[in-house]
Amino acid sequence: MKSAAHDFPARARSALNNPDLARALARARTGFIDRRLAVVETLPEFQALRRTAREIKEHTLHHLDWYLERFEARVREHGGHVHWASTPAEARTVVLDICRAAGAKRVTKGKSMVAEEIGLNDALEGAGFEVIETDLGEYIIQLANEPPSHIIVPAIHKTKDQISDLFHAHHAKYGLTERQTEAAALVGEARAVLREKFQSADVGITGANFLVAETGSSVIVTNEGNGDLTNTLPRVHVVTAAIEKVVPTLDDMSTILRLLARSATGQETTAYTTVSTGPRRTGDLDGPGEYHVVLVDNGRSQMLGNEFHEMLRCIRCGACMNHCPVYHAVGGHAYGWVYVGPMGSVLTPLIVGLDEARNLPNACTLNGRCAEVCPMEIPLADLIRKLREREFDERITPPRVRLGLRAWAFMARRPVLYQMATSVGMRVLGLLGRSRGRFRRLPLAGGWTGTRDLPAPAGRTFMSAWSKRRAEGER
Amino acid sequence: MSDAASKSPGDVTTRPWVGLFVTCLVDLFRPSVGFAAVKLLEDAGCAVGVPAAQTCCGQPAYNSGDSTDTRAIAKRTIEAFEPFDYVVAPSGSCAGMLREHYPRLFPTGADWHARARSLADRTHELSSFLTDVLGVRAVDARFEGHATYHDSCAGLREMEVRDQPRTLLASVDGLRLTEMRDSGTCCGFGGTFCVKYPEISTRLVDEKCENVMATGAGVLLGGDLGCLLNIAGRLTRQSHPVRVLHVAEVLAGMAGRGIGEAGR
Repeated sequence: MKSAAHDFPARARSALNNPDLARALARARTGFIDRRLAVVETLPEFQALRRTAREIKEHTLHHLDWYLERFEARVREHGGHVHWASTPAEARTVVLDICRAAGAKRVTKGKSMVAEEIGLNDALEGAGFEVIETDLGEYIIQLANEPPSHIIVPAIHKTKDQISDLFHAHHAKYGLTERQTEAAALVGEARAVLREKFQSADVGITGANFLVAETGSSVIVTNEGNGDLTNTLPRVHVVTAAIEKVVPTLDDMSTILRLLARSATGQETTAYTTVSTGPRRTGDLDGPGEYHVVLVDNGRSQMLGNEFHEMLRCIRCGACMNHCPVYHAVGGHAYGWVYVGPMGSVLTPLIVGLDEARNLPNACTLNGRCAEVCPMEIPLADLIRKLREREFDERITPPRVRLGLRAWAFMARRPVLYQMATSVGMRVLGLLGRSRGRFRRLPLAGGWTGTRDLPAPAGRTFMSAWSKRRAEGER
Repeated sequence: MSDAASKSPGDVTTRPWVGLFVTCLVDLFRPSVGFAAVKLLEDAGCAVGVPAAQTCCGQPAYNSGDSTDTRAIAKRTIEAFEPFDYVVAPSGSCAGMLREHYPRLFPTGADWHARARSLADRTHELSSFLTDVLGVRAVDARFEGHATYHDSCAGLREMEVRDQPRTLLASVDGLRLTEMRDSGTCCGFGGTFCVKYPEISTRLVDEKCENVMATGAGVLLGGDLGCLLNIAGRLTRQSHPVRVLHVAEVLAGMAGRGIGEAGR
C-alpha cells in the first residue's frame, strides 16, 4: 500500500470536520474501553500474563532465525511450502506465482494486515484475479474502495446508513435489490453473497496471528468464521505473515492468546481459533491441497537489532488505538497507511521512512495511556519519543522548529540569563494582559491563540518575587 | 540572591529539607502556585529552599528529540538540587521528568547516571509528597465552592497521583467535589503538541470542557499548570464561567482569581 502519511495534517483536519466519522468513533470508543476493562478486572493473573507474554516474545526475538528455520522445517515435513520475501514486491510476486500455478480465477481473503502492507489486492486484481475480502469489515471497505481505518475493526469509520447504501449499490447484481437498513439484515445479505464466493474460490489467502515453530502451524482468530471457510474450502491456502509472528510452542501461543481477545475486543476468547498445519492429508475430509506460508520481512530484521526492537512484540490487538485520544479524534485514515494509532505512529515511520511519516510520532500528546493498556508492555510513548530524537538527529525536524528549540534551550541552560530575560518579558506581558487577564491573540502564538485564550502571566516571576521576599526578610 | 544551597549549618534541624522545583510555567505564569506550595510544605513541618539555578525540567527539548540540550539542562537541575533531602514540584509532569526520565538520559554506570538516580529517588509531586511521604491527611483551609478535578496524564500514569489530592481536598472546609467523566483522559495540551496540531488539540480540550461543564461545578482544579492553562484558555475563549485553579492554591487557602480571569 502506498503511504499518504506525509499528508497527516490535512487528512486529520478533514477527519475532524466529518461528523459521521466523529459519531462512528465515539460509539466504538466507549464500547472498547468498557468491555476491555470488564474482562481484565475479572482475570486476576492479567498482569502476570503480560509479563510472561513479554518474556516469551523477547526470547523468540532473540533467537528469531532459529525459530523461523524450525518453523520452516516443520511446515515442509507436513508437505507445505515456505517462501521468504524481504520486500513487498517479492511477496507479491510469490503470491501471484502461486495463484497462476494453481490456474486460479477467484481468490478469497481473510483479514491480513501484512497483505495490506504489501498491497496484495491491487497486485492480484491487476493480474486479472477476482479478489473477495471475506471479513465483513474488510468486505465493506473493499466495496467502498477504501483502506482499513483500524487493524481489527477495519470499517469502524462507517455508519450503518453508509453500509446500507454500499450494499444497495453493489448487491443489485446478485438480484438483491431491496435496501436493508437493520444490522441483522445487512449481515444476512453479506453472508448470502459471500457464501457463493467461498464455495467457488480457487485460492484462499489469510494472515496469521501466530506461527508455531514446534508444529509448523499458522493460527488465526476470528469472530465470523470467514477465516475457516477461506482456509479449508479452496484448493490452495496461502498464509501471508510477518516474521515476528512466530512463537516457540502451542503453549506459548495459548498464553498470548489469553491476552489477545481480552485486549482487542474485550472478549475472553474469540469465537474461532483455527490452527492450520500443512495441506490436507490422506483421509482428511476437507482442507486445501496446497499450503503455502509467505514470510515477509519488510523492515523487521532492521528493527531486531536496534532501539525499536520492542515494537516487534506487537500482537496487533488494537488496544493502543482504542485508548488513544488522538485516534479517537481523527480516526485511522488520517494516519495515511496500514497501521494507525500509537502502534502505527511507531511502525509506519520504521517501515515507510521517517521522512515520509515524521508527523505521526509528533502527533501524540505522550499521555501514556497506550503503553498502560498494551498487553505486550511495549513502551509506545518512549518509542515515539525515540523517533522524535532520530528525527532531530537526522535533521528532518523543520529548520524553524529546530532553531526555536535551540534558542530556548540556550536560555534554559543559563539560569541567570534566563531569569533576567523572563523577568523582563513576563513583566511586559503582565502589564499588557492585566486588564483582560488573557490574550485573544499574540504575535508568534497563533498555534495557541487560534482557538484558545492565553492566560496572562502575573507580571512578576516566582523567582524574582522569591528573591525579593528573601531580601526583605533578611533586612 | 538568596539561594537555598547557602543555608547555614545552624538551620539544620530535624525538619526535612525540601528543595522546591518551581517549574517554568509556575515561575512565569502563576507564581502564586509556588508560594502556595511553600506554605503547604512549611505548614507540614518542612524547611523549604528554592535554588536559584533552576529554569525548566527540559521537557520541551526532551519531547522534541533534542537530547544534547536535554542532558545539559538535566545536569544543571541535578546539581542545583543535590543538597536537599527531598525535591518537590507542584506538577506531576515535571516531577515525572526528574524521576522517570532523567536517569535514562545517562548511561548506566556513569557518574551522572548515579547522580540522576539520586535526584529521582528524592523527587515527588507536591500532593503525593504531603500525603505519601509526610502522612498529611488534612489541611487547614477554607474554600467555598463546587469543584471538579482533572487528573493530568503524567501525574496519573507516571507518578500515580490520583487519590492524594482528593484526600487533601476532602479536608477543605466548604469545598464540594464532583468527579467528571473521563477525568484521566488527556486534555490535549501535550507540551508542544498543542501548537503543532492545534485542531486536534482543540478537539481534545473541547471534550474535556464538556466533561467539566457536565458536572455543574463552577471550579476546575488540577495539579499541572500546562493542562490548566490549556483548559482555562479554551473555557474563557468560549465564555464558559468556570474558575480554574491549581489544587495547591486551594489547599493552601490562597485561592485568588481564576487562571485567565481579568483584574488581577
